[in-house]
Amino acid sequence: MIGLIDYGAGNLLSVKKALEYLNVNCKVVRSPDDINEIDRIILPGVGAFESAVKNLHNRGLFNFIRDWIHKGNSYLGICLGMQLLMEYSEESTLDIKGFYLIDGNVIKFKCNKVPQIGWNQLKFCKESPLFEDIKDNSFFYFVHSYYINPVDVAYTIGITDYNVPFTAAIQKGNVYGVQFHPEKSSINGLKLIKNWVDLC
Amino acid sequence: MLATRIIPCLDVDEGKVVKGIKFKNIKEAGDPVELAREYNSQGADELVFLDIGASYKSREILSNVVEAVSKEVFIPLTVGGGIRSIDDMRKVLLAGADKVAICTSAIQNPELIFDGAKAFGSQCIVLSIDAKKDGNSWFAFTHGGRKNSGLDAIEWAKEGEKLGAGEILLNSIDMDGTKSGYDIELTNKVSEAVSIPVIASGGAGTLQQVLDAIKFGKADAVLLASLLHFGEYTITDIKYFLQENGVIVRW
Repeated sequence: MIGLIDYGAGNLLSVKKALEYLNVNCKVVRSPDDINEIDRIILPGVGAFESAVKNLHNRGLFNFIRDWIHKGNSYLGICLGMQLLMEYSEESTLDIKGFYLIDGNVIKFKCNKVPQIGWNQLKFCKESPLFEDIKDNSFFYFVHSYYINPVDVAYTIGITDYNVPFTAAIQKGNVYGVQFHPEKSSINGLKLIKNWVDLC
Repeated sequence: MLATRIIPCLDVDEGKVVKGIKFKNIKEAGDPVELAREYNSQGADELVFLDIGASYKSREILSNVVEAVSKEVFIPLTVGGGIRSIDDMRKVLLAGADKVAICTSAIQNPELIFDGAKAFGSQCIVLSIDAKKDGNSWFAFTHGGRKNSGLDAIEWAKEGEKLGAGEILLNSIDMDGTKSGYDIELTNKVSEAVSIPVIASGGAGTLQQVLDAIKFGKADAVLLASLLHFGEYTITDIKYFLQENGVIVRW
């Protein structure tokens, strides 16, 4: 069963609706009491790095998810859920740590209109089951001011250009992260979610 | 590269899509759920629903429409009209909206922008400005274009950004429904004044005018109503034209 992490912010409902549309069962996880039967996790996200980290700690979920992904269990992080895979973010102070699965930090766009809001293209740089039946350079919907800056691009599977090229999709084993919102990216987004669901 | 967004706007009154000219002479244009479905299949990048009915009942009906649309249309949905509090915002977000647009209530209570951004994030708060030209300035109007707030529209856009708005939805009352083109000068001035995306609205009648709002108005997105509702052009037609003229669009 897929566990959809609710940390009080985030766009949980639209992810839930997308899963329902795809006829995929999921369970909303609000505390450690809800984690029975869960074998996969989606962490959706809109919101600030610091409040997400704090809320996850307050709900007793932070350490659970950190251990979960470090053990290589199945995970999909959307937007902030992807950024949390890094060590820390420019958005908050250095004492606020993410899950730190991947070396690097989260940094802010320095030019252009910030936030980036709208449809931008995802360029594949590695083959990934996440991209099955999706064309290279397809458009996905982005809303964000920060992006991840991994030390090693070995895990970067897709990049997007917003005056600066940045990692928009990442994969380390069973752990995936996307900066865009597949649940709001129409047909391509639904396909991507389905691809992740179909992974075993 | 980031695509310029084409956003159909559905003005909804008591569950029916309607469209007027200069905010008056309203005529009926169809069923909102059907239109949403149709525009999604044509490649709409987002959808905006504005409740122009004044009643509580009208807003309830719109919430039901948004809920139905959000179950089958997976693109961003914005809802506006009569949203006066954080609680109102929460209700439409729970119904399935991704963003809320506020106009009159934001002018009456600018804190609402700040509080909304704090509660739901800036990306959620669209500051809608109904602007009308008087002499060399544009003023922000409230109450569906009926009352001049006395606020300079460009200054108000800057203030809205400071308070935490994530986007500006800029409606020209002078051009609304006239099909004589967007107010390019206004759009350009606001777009230059803020660093958040600006959605141009009001007046689109030809493909060239849509292009001009993007090229000369520097709009990040364009809102369309009459042009689409009455079947003159499809979103696909518009995107083809824009692409041929060097604008990046999403397919």
